[in-house]
Amino acid sequence: MIARLLSNDFPRNRILAVLLLVVVVTLALTPFVIPGIKALNVAAKVLVFIVLVASFDLLLGYTGIVSFAHTMFFGIGAYGVAIAFTRLGPTWPALAAGVAAALALSFVLALAIGLFSLRVRAIFFSMITLAFAAAFQTLASQLSEITGGEDGLTFKVPSVLSPSHEFSSEPFLGVSLDGRLLTYYLLFVTALVLVLALLRIVNSPFGRVLQAIRENEFRAEAIGYRVVVYRTTSAILSALFATLAGAMLALWLRYNGPDTSLSFEIMLDVLLIVVIGGMGTIYGAVIGSGLFVVAQSYLQDLLRIASEATSGLPWLSALLSPDRWLLWLGLLFVLSVYYFPTGIVGKLRSMRAASKRPPAAGEPRHSPALK
Amino acid sequence: MKNVDFDWKPLALVPLLALLVLPFIGSSSTWVTLTIAGLAMGMIIFVIASGLTLVFGLMDVLNFGHGVFIALGAFVATSVLGAMADYTASGSLLQNLLAVLPAMVIAMLVAAAIGLAFERFIVRPVYGNHLKQILITMGGMIIGEELIKVIWGPLQIPLPLPEGMRGMVLLGDAAVERYRLLAVIVGVLVFGLLLWTLTRTKLGLLIRAGVQDREMVESLGYRIHVLFVGVFVAGSALAGLGGVMWGMYQQTVVPQMGAQVNVLIFIVLIIGGLGSTTGALIGALLVGLMANYTGFLVPKAALFSNIALMMAILLWRPQGVYALSK
Repeated sequence: MIARLLSNDFPRNRILAVLLLVVVVTLALTPFVIPGIKALNVAAKVLVFIVLVASFDLLLGYTGIVSFAHTMFFGIGAYGVAIAFTRLGPTWPALAAGVAAALALSFVLALAIGLFSLRVRAIFFSMITLAFAAAFQTLASQLSEITGGEDGLTFKVPSVLSPSHEFSSEPFLGVSLDGRLLTYYLLFVTALVLVLALLRIVNSPFGRVLQAIRENEFRAEAIGYRVVVYRTTSAILSALFATLAGAMLALWLRYNGPDTSLSFEIMLDVLLIVVIGGMGTIYGAVIGSGLFVVAQSYLQDLLRIASEATSGLPWLSALLSPDRWLLWLGLLFVLSVYYFPTGIVGKLRSMRAASKRPPAAGEPRHSPALK
Repeated sequence: MKNVDFDWKPLALVPLLALLVLPFIGSSSTWVTLTIAGLAMGMIIFVIASGLTLVFGLMDVLNFGHGVFIALGAFVATSVLGAMADYTASGSLLQNLLAVLPAMVIAMLVAAAIGLAFERFIVRPVYGNHLKQILITMGGMIIGEELIKVIWGPLQIPLPLPEGMRGMVLLGDAAVERYRLLAVIVGVLVFGLLLWTLTRTKLGLLIRAGVQDREMVESLGYRIHVLFVGVFVAGSALAGLGGVMWGMYQQTVVPQMGAQVNVLIFIVLIIGGLGSTTGALIGALLVGLMANYTGFLVPKAALFSNIALMMAILLWRPQGVYALSK
């Protein structure tokens, strides 16, 4: 049963298994174990990022394509939900229509970018996607009639999901059973299903071909795989999953604007998480997102303390200022590309592999070779 | 690079684009103003992009952190020009130049020094690996941007033009900003110097040979590694110079400008063909013209017009107009 759910892709390292279990159990129990609005918001953000990063990893880690337009699809998902709720009112059919329209748009755009960039040199792809993402962000903030411009859209969700909807006047285990809680678990289940689906994809024969293309494009083509088709399919799938992540975000925030879902900072966050968590492993996205979002949310508090402690030394204090937390993450990022190119998951798995038998034939490589 | 088989078609694109929009603009004096403004903007963009095309073409390093050197150059210029307020406030062009030239030189030196460190710590471990290069230079850019915020603060800083460079001059009926004329002069100088170095000097010969066959040049006894570090440093210094010019053109600088400029540079390099100096010039001129024409005709479409331009060029020549035969 578990083997089927995980598509036979077990953590293959005891520490990793424990870490994963901790992340999943913590996420499942957050509303009951860690009280407070902030904790719940952080947990919801972790859920969204797990899906977003895992979808990006399908492209970067498994297919070896660097795209900077991933937040574009994330934004499409978020705007799809936001626009649908604003225009059609807070109903379930509106949600379905918004998500469906967003998926369709993402599909078309990913196909267009994929097919177009096949014409050009592979190295152009990341540069072109960067330009595309910038253009799309400008478009979203200029079409203020539809997207609300820089101000974004604030909207209502179906009443069952809204915080004011109480299912029972009695709190259960100290937590009030309201629409917020239901939304959280809706996200949790969605994230779980999407991550398991991604695991299924990367461990299918299709996923193996992607890895083959990543390792040696020329040979994969020579064996008879149409590299072009596989790459485009991977780009489209990745875009669709990112769109769903965007829809999750909008549903949770009940707001969307260009900075919330389209900004370049989110793209950087995703890159950082993929590299730190481990490329070419869906589990890396889970561990990485958990670590990163929690760090992002609480590291600033920590830095504030450090900054105040060193206030006698203005230079050090400026470096440790909570606003400069990205500096430290950037440093961590460079060091991890340098020393741990396979990220936390790759490192843990190779520790196990070094001490145990070599992986059997057909078992995936534990660490993607970066090329 | 014999002139005999020189491919002139891409060169014709620039006047072609200018002539194509003439009927849409109508007034010929407006058209002259826009065209000269566009060409001047293109020259500034060329200076900021030339460093990267050098680094990519010769060293095969795709530096996503190139924008940091541009931002750095612009911020250094704010400090230098701020310290020389006496010279910038005077209306005499000569005194203004006495402030702007040191600002450019210091910005280039600082960018070169940081470039040296960047090559050593960020780029050197990942030579020959594009994916890692993209990731790690992106990381370098995050760090650089944050350090700029530590030194100069996270907010936008004004970089006013010196008195003598403001205002317009009239060429016939067409008004042209003075600063843009200065930008054209600097751009032409940089382009001439680059082309001359690469095609007419022994240094350029060695660099081009090193690109073709690194081992062969090494076995002839030249230390190609030192040469390549030099190229990277020169590319960073050019970015610093470009940063000063771009900052003065925008008249404000923000720490995020590196990332913003990156998009523009990439469009230019993709149009020009990665690594080609002449291609980068053509790409930059086209982008500059397009930005000014669409800014006048349909202001909202500025960024899309550049991307549309890039798409159109790529459909014609998927490798860029002047692709290096590698």
